[in-house]
Amino acid sequence: MLIKIAEQPFDPLRELQDYQDRNAGMSGKYGATSIFIGTMRDFNDGDVVSGMLLEYYPGMTEKCIAEAVGEAQERWSILECLVVHRVGEVYPNQPIVLVSVWTGHRGDAFDACRFIMETLKSTAPFWKKEIIDSNNVEGGEKGSFEPMRGERWVTGNSNGYARNNNG
Amino acid sequence: MQIKLRYFASLREYIGRSEQIIEADSGVTIRELWALANPDLMFPSNTLVAMNLEYVALAEVVHEGDEIAFFPPVTGG
Repeated sequence: MLIKIAEQPFDPLRELQDYQDRNAGMSGKYGATSIFIGTMRDFNDGDVVSGMLLEYYPGMTEKCIAEAVGEAQERWSILECLVVHRVGEVYPNQPIVLVSVWTGHRGDAFDACRFIMETLKSTAPFWKKEIIDSNNVEGGEKGSFEPMRGERWVTGNSNGYARNNNG
Repeated sequence: MQIKLRYFASLREYIGRSEQIIEADSGVTIRELWALANPDLMFPSNTLVAMNLEYVALAEVVHEGDEIAFFPPVTGG
């Protein structure tokens, strides 16, 4: 199992090949490899997105991903697993995440890969600050955070953070 | 005792700091720590809490040397 946080752009297919080459021990044992690659889009909720800043919590992020992989290993028969996730500045068409699972049979590969990806998405501390193209969005604000899926945090807005009256 | 607090993402930007050390009595809960650290800001309902890199509830009691992190819902992948 390998979990990598990548601060620079990465080539998911090269990562896969390198990992497979380094784990020659599984050669001949795996019958299935499932691969999920998440790539950055240039749109979100109708806005043109020119880039984003991916923030994480060093230590906890890797731990959460490792726990997701560990749980998958308990539920399915997994030979090897590779997860690479970008942080820092990410631009459209760049890979954000790679999850790959090597197993004896395809069912385990499909199910475990999906499980790891969905668990990572809901538990691992990553946050996306999108850079919105202000020419393409009404009242466009640059540098807004997205604290909830489908809800965009806007700089300078209270965003639901409520002040105490006694303050 | 001293406890380290950390803030991430939009919450960090809103509060204006990424971390702080706070002096608190033993037996204090995370909810009470928040009030000590941010007396003018009610705890945002969608905020997640971690203690020493593990998700916990606000009622958790903190101990000397613990690291408490507050952050908005996560969006990886």
